[in-house]
Amino acid sequence: MDLSLLERFDKDNVVVEKLDTLINWSRANSQWYFQFGLACCAIEMMAAAAPRHDLERFGAMPRASPRQSDVMIVAGTVTLKMAERVKRLYEQMSDPKYVISMGSCANSGGPYWQHGYHVLKGVDLVVPVDVYVPGCPPRPEALLQGLLELQKKIMTETPLRKQVV
Amino acid sequence: MGSKQIFEVISSIKGVDLNLESEFISVSSVSLLEVAEKFKNDTTLDFDFLMCITALDDGNSKIFTVVYNFHSNKNNHSIEVRVSITDGEDVPSLAGIWKTADWHEREAYDMMGINFSGHPELKRILLPEDWEGFPLRKNYEVADYYHGVPIPKDKSYWE
Repeated sequence: MDLSLLERFDKDNVVVEKLDTLINWSRANSQWYFQFGLACCAIEMMAAAAPRHDLERFGAMPRASPRQSDVMIVAGTVTLKMAERVKRLYEQMSDPKYVISMGSCANSGGPYWQHGYHVLKGVDLVVPVDVYVPGCPPRPEALLQGLLELQKKIMTETPLRKQVV
Repeated sequence: MGSKQIFEVISSIKGVDLNLESEFISVSSVSLLEVAEKFKNDTTLDFDFLMCITALDDGNSKIFTVVYNFHSNKNNHSIEVRVSITDGEDVPSLAGIWKTADWHEREAYDMMGINFSGHPELKRILLPEDWEGFPLRKNYEVADYYHGVPIPKDKSYWE
């Protein structure tokens, strides 16, 4: 990710940078994601976490509790029954928190968009989504890119200043 | 044993008929329990395995058919039994004879709204307990909202 910060250590051991950047830098590189999967996308998420793709290279590791997680990867079909649980789990996460919607089902209902009487047509109906990863299911590389896009998004934040809407 | 020989064993029971074309035995809901007990206890039949319970809708949610698939591991023969009911009629539960029937019947109730009388705990198994209607019925209409969450029916929602 943002290696420019590291490269500036070349001359001496001092880096002059905004505190915002430092906070963002640490946040972006320790995206502990909530370890839960809803359907087949979860298999790809596990594959992305496994050694071949290795999400931990980017500081993303699974946490089995919403209290310790920064990112929620909604991996799979969200049924209406599960939607309430997803919302509750999101509310249990501590700030700052982000959501990656992984796969067609979580994005828009996927193959269930018309006749799925029991499927939530997009997880953005219940929680705010930061990054949408298309695919059915997305390959681990696609999820990795989604994670990197989220890192870019985090780097633009200004956590110490009031957000200007 | 073939379906003919199996039918001969239970042919004395009232309301039982053999369909030769599709090789299933149709049973009236009143005599289902009697047939089931014979299936389980008769040594020549010895159906120890209830493989599946399926529910069918005739097309306008007036007549429902419950299909049972029995198999005997000991005698290595199988048979299909069908029970037809009109909407609102009960089917006796087989959960007391084959424990498998418990969850199968709950699913048939959940999806098709078939009432099984004598079932130990007939409630929804997959859908939330406060769900309205039975989604696999032909006359089922998808609700507009579930707990305040919209259920869009077509693409116009995104356009």
